[in-house]
Amino acid sequence: MGNPMKIRAAAKDGVTEVKILMQHEMETGLRKEADGTLVPAWFITEVKAQHLGRTVLEAQFGQSISKNPYLLFRFKGGAVGEKITVSWVDNKGDKREDEAVIGA
Amino acid sequence: MNTEIDLARRKALKAGGGIGLFALFGALGLLRPGMAFADWNKTAFSAKTMDEALTAMGVATPENNAVFIQLTVPEIAENGAIVPVKVASTLLNVEQISILVDKNPNVLAANFIFPAGTESMVTTRVKMGQTCNVVALVKADGKFYRTSKEVKVTAGGCGG
Repeated sequence: MGNPMKIRAAAKDGVTEVKILMQHEMETGLRKEADGTLVPAWFITEVKAQHLGRTVLEAQFGQSISKNPYLLFRFKGGAVGEKITVSWVDNKGDKREDEAVIGA
Repeated sequence: MNTEIDLARRKALKAGGGIGLFALFGALGLLRPGMAFADWNKTAFSAKTMDEALTAMGVATPENNAVFIQLTVPEIAENGAIVPVKVASTLLNVEQISILVDKNPNVLAANFIFPAGTESMVTTRVKMGQTCNVVALVKADGKFYRTSKEVKVTAGGCGG
């Protein structure tokens, strides 16, 4: 289990804007420790955002995505009080799922 | 990262380590492509050059189109570890948006898959090792379009 994500979702004029901040090291596998040992690659590979069970965005990440990945997107629909679920999987098979309630 | 030899060695180590890790996960059944996610294209995400990445993604010759793709990146990135990238498109039926960083060790940064009803816009942050082009690739109605912009990086994002 990774650390919790920060998810903000706001509905306005029939469109919901979702902002996600994941907490993940996103190691490229190219970085070295001070003693010269290589830090193994460790990064989120897949992200999925759902609104009431319907997928609204899917993302696939490579090593070039920054540490603590940030995403912003918008979808049609969504109402204040409804739930957004975001889940990710990393290259070590670790998973995380978090929920947020759509605000105004 | 100071010498060519060092860089080559790191790349070799990385390639070897990466393959070993994926093989291990595959054997343990930890990587299940059918796991409710679309398949993670390992070949494309491991690609070292733009051509390799495009080939792995099944893109032959994307049409250059700066009119219907809006790529927003900073002109100068003081910190290559966090470069904000926004891609939006006015094309109809956008199925996928990909972000590629031309001179990164792994060129393909991300693929975004847009179901119907999701606006064809996404904002994220990428790492950049050096000054180079950021490419936005948009798939709409089964066709690929691209545009690119140069970002000047004053401090690399490899953390090496």
